[in-house]
Amino acid sequence: MSTLEIRDLSVSVEAKQILAGVNLTIKAGETHAIMGPNGSGKSTLAYSIAGHPKYTVTGGSVTLDGQDVLAMSVDERARAGLFLAMQYPVEVPGVTVSNFLRTAASAVRGEAPALRLWVKEQKEAMAALEMDPAFASRNVNEGFSGGEKKRHEILQLELLKPKIAILDETDSGLDVDALRVVSEGVNRVRATGETGTLLITHYTRILKYIVPDFVHVFAGGKVVEEGGKELADELEANGYAKYVGAAAI
Amino acid sequence: MASPPLDGTKFARVLSRDPDAFGAITGREEEWRFTPLYRLRGLHDGTAVVDGTITVDGAFETIGPDHPLVGSALVPADKPSALAMRDFKEGQLVTVDGELTEPITLQVKGSGETSYGHVVIDAKPFSKAVVVLDHTGTGTHVGAVEVLVGDSADITLVSVQDWDDDAVHLSAQAARVGRDARFKSVVVTFGGDLVRLNPTVTYAGPGGDAELLGLAFADTKQHLEHRLLVEHTVPNCKSRVTYKTAAQGVEAHTVWIGDVVIRKEATGTDTYELNRNLLLSDEARADSVPNLEIETGEIAGAGHASATGRFDEQQLFYLQSRGITEGEARRMVVRGFFHEVVQQVGIPALEERLDAAIEKELA
Repeated sequence: MSTLEIRDLSVSVEAKQILAGVNLTIKAGETHAIMGPNGSGKSTLAYSIAGHPKYTVTGGSVTLDGQDVLAMSVDERARAGLFLAMQYPVEVPGVTVSNFLRTAASAVRGEAPALRLWVKEQKEAMAALEMDPAFASRNVNEGFSGGEKKRHEILQLELLKPKIAILDETDSGLDVDALRVVSEGVNRVRATGETGTLLITHYTRILKYIVPDFVHVFAGGKVVEEGGKELADELEANGYAKYVGAAAI
Repeated sequence: MASPPLDGTKFARVLSRDPDAFGAITGREEEWRFTPLYRLRGLHDGTAVVDGTITVDGAFETIGPDHPLVGSALVPADKPSALAMRDFKEGQLVTVDGELTEPITLQVKGSGETSYGHVVIDAKPFSKAVVVLDHTGTGTHVGAVEVLVGDSADITLVSVQDWDDDAVHLSAQAARVGRDARFKSVVVTFGGDLVRLNPTVTYAGPGGDAELLGLAFADTKQHLEHRLLVEHTVPNCKSRVTYKTAAQGVEAHTVWIGDVVIRKEATGTDTYELNRNLLLSDEARADSVPNLEIETGEIAGAGHASATGRFDEQQLFYLQSRGITEGEARRMVVRGFFHEVVQQVGIPALEERLDAAIEKELA
C-alpha cells in the first residue's frame, strides 16, 4: 500500500511564497479533496508535487513510500507512481494521442506493452470514457474541447494506473454529461484500491460524483481545516469567507 | 530567355549565363547578406579551383553545357551558378516518359573534391515520376538542377542533402511547370557545413500547380540556407510553400527566404507560403524573410506566415509528467514539429530516414 507524505512543504514562485507549510498524508485507496478559494495555492501544491520547474521548494519534504520525491526529475516522479491530471493540458503538435499514450505507458511500466494487447486496452479505456475511436489519431490536445481535454487526462490516469493521482480542477469547464463520464473514470480507478487520489477543486459540484473520504480546506498556502465529506457540505452552504479571514490573520 | 525577367519588381536581379555579367559578391547584397562568404572556399569570387569530379550513379544520359536543354528552365542569378553552367564537365539528363511507379534515384557522392554538376529532368507531357537526388559524402559542389515539367505531367523532385559535416553545396533548382502540370519539390537538408539552395518555379502555361516542401535541421556550426522564388506570370496557377527548420547548438543557423511575385497577367493565382523555425538551444539562430509582391487584384488567394519559436518548456513538462524522459520528450516534440511536412512528402522510406536523422541530431 503506497503512501504520499507531504511535510511542512513551503514553495515559492519568483521569490514570492505561495505554500507555507503544507502537511498531508494520502494512502492508496483513499480519496482526499482539497478545497479552497482562488489563489489559495491549490494548483501550486499540485505542480510542486509533479515537479514543475517554475516552482521552488524552500522547505519541507515530499516522500512516496519513503522515497524522496523532491530529489527526482519530473519523469522520475511519474515513473515512481505520481500522476497529475492538469487543469490546462498542453498541446503537442504533430504527436498523436495513440503515440503519446503508448510512449507514456512504456515509460511508466518500464517496457513497451505488447502491441495487440495495448490496442485492445486503449480501445476499451476510450470506450469506457465514451470517446470516439478517431480521437486516438488526433494530435495531443490540439483543437480539443474542454471536455475532450479532461477525458484525455482521465484516459491517461486509467492507463497509467499511478500510485497517487492528483486531479487539478478536473471539473472545471465540464458540462454535466462530461462531468459524469470523467467522474466514473476516477471512481473506476478508486475502486481498484491501488490508487490514492487528491482531488483539487474550487466547487463542491464534482464531490457529488466522487465522494471524498477526507476534505481539507486550503487557504493562505496551507491546510486550515480538515474533516470528512460533511465539511464539503458546510463549504457549499457557507463558502470560504471565514477561512480567508482566518488565513489573513 | 526562358525565365521571365523580374524587372520592375522588388526581386529585380541580373539573370545571365555569362559569369562576367555579375559583379563581385561583397556580402552586402540582399541575396548574400546571410551567407558566411568566407566559408564558400572561393566559389563566390572565382578564386576556387574547380578541377574535381563528383560521382553520380543512376540511369541517365551524360550531357555537356552545350546540350540544348541546358538553360531551358534555369537562367543563373549569380556568378557561381553561371560559372557552373558554363564549365561543368559531366551533367545528367533524365528523361521521364510515361507513368513510373518506382522512383528514379541519382546518387550524388562527393569524395572531397571541388566540382560542378548539372542535372536536367525532362518530363514529357502526361508523364509521372518521383526523382530523388541523394547527396552524400563531402566536397565543394555547385550543382544545378533543371526540371522541365511537360504539360499535364506530375513530377516530384526530392533533393536530400545528407552530406558529411564539412561539405559546401550551392544549388540552383529551377522548375518550369507546364500547362495543367503538377510539380512537387521536397528538400531535406541535414548535412553539410554550408548548404545554400535556390529553388525557383516558373510556369509555362495556365493551370500549373507547384508545391515546395522543405525540412532542415542545423546542428552546431551548420549554415543551411534555402532561398525560394515563385514567379506567377500566367493565369490560374497555384503554389504552396511549406518549410520547417530546426536549429541546435553554437552557430547553428537556418535561413529561409520565400519570394513570391504575381505579375499583372497572372490573374486567378492561388499562393500561400509558410515557414516555421524551431530553436532548440539559445545559441542557435534562424532568419526568415517572406516576400510577396502582387501586381493584380484579380487573384484567388495570396498569403504567407512565418514564425520562429523556442523550444516549448510546457510541452516538455507535460510529456515528462507522463514518465517520458527529457531526451525522448524532445525527440517527440521535434518529430511532431516536422510531422506536418513529413506527412505531405508521402514517401515512407524517406520518412523513416528522416526520423533516423532527427534521432541522430538529438542524440
